Parts: sequence; C-alpha cells; structure tokens
Amino acid sequence: MSKKVNLTINGFPVEIETGKTILEAADSQGITIPTLCYHKDLCVAGNCRVCIVEVTGQKRLSAACATPCEEGMEILTNSLKVRNSRKHIIELLLTEHNADCTKCYRNGNCELQTLASEYKIMTQDFIELVPLKKYSIDAYSPSIMKDDSKCIRCQRCVRTCAELQGVNALTVAHKGDEMKITTFLEKHMRDVVCTNCGQCINHCPTGALVEKNYIEEVWEAIANPKKHVVVQTAPAVRVGLGEELGLPPGTRVTGKMVAALKRLGFDSVLDTDFTADLTIMEEGTELLTRLKKALVDKDETVDLPMATSCSPGWIKYIEHMYPEYLGNLSTCKSPQQMFGALAKTYYAKARNIEPDNIVSVSIMPCTAKKFEAWRPEMHDSGYRDVDYVLTTRELAILIKQAGLDFEKIEPVKYDRLMGDSTGAGVIFGATGGVMEAALRTVYEIVTGREVPFDNLDITPVRGMEGVREASIKIENPVEDWAFLDGVELKCAVAHGLVNAKTVMESVKSGKADYHFIEFMACPGGCLGGGGQPIPTNPEIRKKRAEAIYAEDSSLTIRKSHENPEVLKLYKDFLKEPLGEVSHHLLHTKYTKRQRY
Amino acid sequence: MANSHQLKRVDFIFRNENDWEKILSNTIKKKPEELVNELMSSELKGRGGAGFPTGLKWKFTAEAKSEKKYVICNADEGEPGTFKDREILSRVPYKVLTAMAVCGYVTGANEGFIYLRGEYKFLQPELKKAIDEFEYYCNEIEFDFKISVFMGSGAYICGEETALMESMEGKRGEPRNKPPFPSESGYLGKPTVINNVETLVHTFTIFKYGAKKFYDLGVQYSRGTKLFSVSGDTPKPGIYELELGMSLQDFVYEFGDGDTKSVQVGGASGFLVPRKKFKDAAIGFKGKLRGISLPTGGSMMLFNSSRSMFNVLDNYLEFFREESCGQCTPCRVGCQQLLLGIKAVKRGDKPAAYLDKLIRLTETMQYTAKCGLGQSVANSFSSIVENFREEMIY
Repeated sequence: MSKKVNLTINGFPVEIETGKTILEAADSQGITIPTLCYHKDLCVAGNCRVCIVEVTGQKRLSAACATPCEEGMEILTNSLKVRNSRKHIIELLLTEHNADCTKCYRNGNCELQTLASEYKIMTQDFIELVPLKKYSIDAYSPSIMKDDSKCIRCQRCVRTCAELQGVNALTVAHKGDEMKITTFLEKHMRDVVCTNCGQCINHCPTGALVEKNYIEEVWEAIANPKKHVVVQTAPAVRVGLGEELGLPPGTRVTGKMVAALKRLGFDSVLDTDFTADLTIMEEGTELLTRLKKALVDKDETVDLPMATSCSPGWIKYIEHMYPEYLGNLSTCKSPQQMFGALAKTYYAKARNIEPDNIVSVSIMPCTAKKFEAWRPEMHDSGYRDVDYVLTTRELAILIKQAGLDFEKIEPVKYDRLMGDSTGAGVIFGATGGVMEAALRTVYEIVTGREVPFDNLDITPVRGMEGVREASIKIENPVEDWAFLDGVELKCAVAHGLVNAKTVMESVKSGKADYHFIEFMACPGGCLGGGGQPIPTNPEIRKKRAEAIYAEDSSLTIRKSHENPEVLKLYKDFLKEPLGEVSHHLLHTKYTKRQRY
Repeated sequence: MANSHQLKRVDFIFRNENDWEKILSNTIKKKPEELVNELMSSELKGRGGAGFPTGLKWKFTAEAKSEKKYVICNADEGEPGTFKDREILSRVPYKVLTAMAVCGYVTGANEGFIYLRGEYKFLQPELKKAIDEFEYYCNEIEFDFKISVFMGSGAYICGEETALMESMEGKRGEPRNKPPFPSESGYLGKPTVINNVETLVHTFTIFKYGAKKFYDLGVQYSRGTKLFSVSGDTPKPGIYELELGMSLQDFVYEFGDGDTKSVQVGGASGFLVPRKKFKDAAIGFKGKLRGISLPTGGSMMLFNSSRSMFNVLDNYLEFFREESCGQCTPCRVGCQQLLLGIKAVKRGDKPAAYLDKLIRLTETMQYTAKCGLGQSVANSFSSIVENFREEMIY
C-alpha cells in the first residue's frame, strides 16, 4: 500500500515507507540517534537539537526526529560536523543544567547524564549558567517536586500534561534566557490544576520533576521496634518492579516482591488486590442500587452514569474540571484507602495491635496516591489511614539499599489477613480492569450465571484504545433483580485524562447513555502510572498489560465475590456491602475545586 | 561588475497615484497562471530578508489542494534598524491590500490577515479604515476577499513566519519544524502565502508596470528596487528606495558622515562590514563578502569612529538573548553563552582565544538552530569579532 523511498544512511542503502522520519529510518537499521525532547508517547517537538544529522548537500543539519525521509537523501549520523555540533549542544545543556549528579534523585537514570557520559564531556569551557539564575525547588506538593535548575526545557512534561492528560498544569512561560516551564501564574504545583498523576515525572529526561519520596520515613518506621509496619502492594507494582531491578519489561515478580518486602523488615506484607476485590463488592452494589433507584423507583435525582473512583488522578481532575459531576462518582474510596482504613480498625483488632502503633505503608505505581493519602478526609480509622505511599521506583530503591539480590530471592506468598486476592483484583492494574472485575461480579449477582465470555475474559473492555465501549444484556435475572430483565448495561472505559475529557464531554452533551464508566488517569491504567519505572512507553505498557492478564489467568479464584477473606470480612466486621460500617470506613466524599 | 553599479534612487513604492481600484480590477481579469509567470519572470525575491522567490511561493500555494487557504502580510517588522513597513502601511496601505487580494485570487484564498507588530498599534485605526474602503470596493466588483488585522504582542520571534502563525492560532510564538512549509500547511494547517509588506508592494508595482520594468532594475540575481532604512551615524537618516546591486562604498559615500567605520547590513541578524571591505561589498542577494550573501532586510546602520564595536555586539547579543523564543538549545543557551563570553573576555576572565571557541559555537548555532533567529546570530557575531577583534579584547 504505502510507497517507499530509498536513501542511504552512513553510506548504506535503506528502503523505508514514505512519511517515516530519519530517526525511524536509522532505528530500523540498528542505528541509535541520541534524543532528549523526543518521546514515543508525544508529538514531535524538535527543540533539543541533539538528534541533528547531516544531509549531504545541505549546509544546515536536520533534526532527525522531525525530518521526513526523502528519496535519494544521503544521511550521515556520525560525521565530524554532526559530532562536533552535537557535543556543543550537550555542553550547552550542561551549562544550563544543575549537573550535581551525585546528589540527584535521578542519578543513574538520567538521559542527559547518559548522553554526557557517551560523549565524554570531560571539561566545561562554557560559563556555568545555573549559579546566575535564582532557582528554587517547589517541594510543597505531597506528590511532586519540581527543580527548575535541572530542567533542560525539552517540554516533554508540557506536552505530556497537554496531550496525554489534557490538564495543562505545566506550561512554558517567558522567552529567551528567562524561558521556563511553570504553572499558571507561577504558583506552586500544589495550588494549581495538577492532578498529581506524575506522568510529567515519568516523561522527564532529567531530575527536574521527581516524586516526593518518603524512603527515610519508611526506614525509620521499620527500625522503630514499637511500630507494627504493614505494607500493601498495588496490582500494577508486581508487573513493573522487575524493570527497575534489571528484569525485562512485563516480568511478573509478585512472589519475589513479597519476599523482598519481608526481608526489608515489614511486619506484614499484604495485598491491595484484597481491597480491590472489596471495592468491587461495594461499588458493584452501589451501581445496582443506583440502577434500581433509577429504573424501579423512577428516582430522577439518581446520578447516572456512575463513574469509578479508584484513580486519585482522575478524582482530582473531575474535582477541578467537572465539579458539577461529583455526584456521578462512586462514593467508594480507592482500594488503597479502603485498605488503610481497615488496617487500623479490622486488622488492628484481629491482630490485637494498638492502631496508634500501626504504620501503614503502600507501594503504588502512582504519585497521585501520595496526595490521596494526604487528603484530610482520609482519617476515618481515627488515624491517618495510610501513612506513607511509595512508588514502584521507591520500593526498588529500598531493595537496592538493603542489598537484596532480587534475582536470587525465592518467591513467597502474602501474609494474612488481607493478603488474599483474586484475578479480578489483579486486573485493576490495567485499563478496563475495574470494569471487567465489576462485570464479572455484578452479572453473576444479577443473573446467577457467569459473564458470557470465554474463560471470563471480557475482551471488549481490554486493549489500549483511548476510549472503549461495551454493553452486556441482562437476561433471566434472579428474582431479586428481576427489574433488570432485558436491560442492556452500557459501559465505557477511558484511560489517560485526555480521553476522560472526551467521555465527560459526551456525557455533558447528553450524547452518552452509559450506566457505568471506568476512568483511569494514566495511559494504560495503573500499569502506566506516574510512579512506574522510567522509561514507560507504548511497547512497555503493552508488555505490562500482558503480564497483568497472565497473572489473572494464573489464579484459581478470578471473581471478587469469591475472595474468601473478603467474605470473612463481611461476616466478621462489615456485615454487608454499603452497610453502616462500610459507609463509615470505605466511602468518602469529594471536594469542588476551581480551574484556576 | 555589481560593485561598479551606481547608487540610483527610484520611486515606485511611495508614488501614490490612487489607481489601486483600476489595478485590482484589471489584474484579476488575467489568469492566475499568467500572473504567477509575470512574478516569476520579474525575479522578485522576498524582501523580509530571506529572499525566497515570491512567484514560486505563490505557485506552490496555488498548486496546493485545499478548500481553504490564507494570505498573510507579515508586518511584524522587528529587526533592529528597520522601519520601512511602518511607512508603507501608513502611506500606501491600498497597495498592500490590493496585492494581498491579487495573491488571494492567484492562490485561491479568500481571506487575508495583516500581522501587525505590537508597537505599531497606532497604525491600526487608519489601516482599518483603509480595509473598510477596500472591502467596500471588492463588494462592488463582486470580488470575494476579506482582510483583517491581527495584532502582535511585541515578540521579535513572531516575525518568523511559522512562529507568527502559531501566535495567530493563539499559541506561544515558537517556530515550527519545517517541512511542512506554509505553502503546504500554514495558518490553521491550511496552505498559506506569507509575504513581507514590502514584497507585496513590489508585486503591485509588477502588476502595474509589468515584470520587465522591475526586472530591468538591479543586477543579476538581485532584481528590482529595495527600501532601505538608514540609521546610525548619518546626516540623513530615513527611508530610501534604491536599486539593488549598489556597492557599499557608494552607499557610504551618499549616506555616511565622512567618518564611517563600519556598516551593519541587515540589522542585528545581518553582517557588519568594516571600512576596508566597503568597496568589495555589494548589496543584493549574492553578496561578495566572505562568500556569504548579504541579507537585505533593508536595515543599514552606519557607525563612525566614535562607536565601540564591543558595545554594538553587546547590544545585539542582549537583544538576541532576550528575543530567542527559548525553545531550542543552540539558540536559547548559545545566545547567553555568547553574551557572557564576550563580557568575560573583555574583563580578562577568559583568554582572547575564547573568542575562537565562541565563533565555533556560532557555527554550531548556524547549523543546528531550529529557525532563522538562532541560525543568523553567527552573522553579526563572527563579522564583528573577526573584523574588530582588538576592540573585543582591550
């Protein structure tokens, strides 16, 4: 179909489809042209100029990322002119960059550092610009720290915030030497529309944007003999952590991770998947209750479609952007916060520990979770429900600091209580997973039969399409849910806030007639979260997603309502979904926020 | 050859015969291809400084397939030492409007914009009146072309054509990657002709008097006339329409104060020519100086022996440091390094040889910067440092 063009790269002939860039052509030949502002998730900016190449016959060099291949081009990727210019550009970036590498959080995983090392920039003849500027670090957000002295102005964060997330919290201001990446009115990140999703961190090539880390606090808690430190691990961490410790993307390391956490000294290693299953019980019941009110009681005040509430980035987004739709959000807390509330009540009681002495830590693929745990309303246990939230990356740092050889660690199982999980809980980590888990349970509650999909795999809600729709017709329901007979349950799934915006706009315009929508702030869902290993890109997300679904298939119990510990929890403590205790501990309310 | 050309004053641009209505209605009776050929044979090149053949630009846009196309008149005149477009717009606005409409006719665009420099806001009311009258006439002859004024906000970079379009689209004024060029994908992604104010007026001259009359003026590769903004140490600053191809020696003889030490041709992004090279330098698109053409945006700044060339360069670099859009590394950081660098040499903090390192840096900027701004800083920097090295050091 597509036409091809012929060109040469460093003298060797190359044939490639029309429209491909020089960068892609070189890549197809196994030649890596260095880049900084380029990222596979984002539009091409062509502003760092590191990827310049020589096109024979042209005086000026061309940016490989932004220049389409043309018939007959003779490209040199490593000529003397290219090398000298590229070295100059790296040197220039280093004068502008606070290259105090040994004190940098991204030391060892910084694209500029790698480039400087490859090009052996050993001296600095140009004048250091950093001391001449008045930089300060914005460390006021509980999730994200921004250090302009390390910024190389590649605008990857700006494009991420705009293109992937549609949030535009970060933007470019001023020009010339004063040009910088900042926020509206140059306020702190804490005080703007930032959703804390951390995608900017994940896309930053240097240490200009990093998570607020709580590594030392956690070590201190572990070292304190009076404290009982419980840790919960989110579904997506088990398919990401391996990457940070040298394993290929998509490696499942659940058992090794649990073993490592125990060796780090956590008193109890438990699973957020457990409360993911619990979320399904609460949220599924909430959905059915809303449907009953709407369909049977004809109550027009019921807010439908109901939207999921597990993604704290999405929650902050809707609070800012669509505050009039907060009633549509499920009142369920996220699995992390359900876990936190139970850890200092149900768990504390069962294990006979003073809740005051419990330190609740969570390992999340997410930076928004840090903000979520910090919300004033998240103290329903009488204490702060979750004390410290670490990202997948921070956990890897803990493991490295403790000197654990991750490859050699033998996998072990989670502790009890609250360590049991099902396949439904695991798939929370992928976009569409909450929807799939909910449908597995809701359909079965209503009809008494399993969802009509091969092997319980609800494939229409899986995949990486930005917005996906599915519907399930309910036939022959059990007596209690007879009113749902013939109802076609319409669902939608959106991941990446820019897609959430698309769905919300269609809800707003009245075009969408969904009953239930799953929203995830990050592309790919939690597996592509802002707290996951860097880099994250479309191929890596795909591998992590495959791992998530493989984990689901490998488990014997794959439906939330069959999780034995969840059933025990209802029997012993909560009594029933949406009951009084649930209402107190597992549900929350939201805050209207402004855009500016 | 070119060097012996005599300085010749011409009067096409400001000659106001109030016949634009006739010119418009007659011109649009001709076939678009005919008009493109006329422009091509006149060899008119863009008068903003880059010198791209105007006929070719119109041709590309005419050939581009799109329901919607645009014509933009670039009146974001920001090059230091240039003030000709202001005069054109205030004295002969109808010529500009007519030329835009003809361009629309040729290329298939029915909408045009004048991107007016922020500092020229005072021109806006008169310009709007002229546009109203112009559109009234267009209606009368049932010619569909609409013109509006878009106000710039004072950024030099917005004179760069793609940054200008970004700015019009409500975005930050940052140059785009090229290709695609505006003739294929310009304002709002549609094929767009963007011409400098003066270029458009020259097309008016060509459509009025024919290509031959224009072609007969000037020299090979540099046909026709050009407006020059003369400033600096001169007894007669102002705007002059001169034939292209004159020698700088003749120019200085006419405009200098008898003590001219150097002339900056083409503004801060142009070249500085020292006295000893006046006779070798010709003003046109094929320059003789160091084998590099002398850009002719029209700014001519004369400096006499009382001027410090260090201060001149310092001033230019301050300008570039501030006016770089800041997106690409070589320009954003390069301009800062050049400015700090010459100061450090002057202070003695860096050795004189550091100037050579800076010249090599400007070469990198020339090869790698994303747009003309960063690419052309090398022009003034190397021509000043190479010719007045002692002034940089002592």
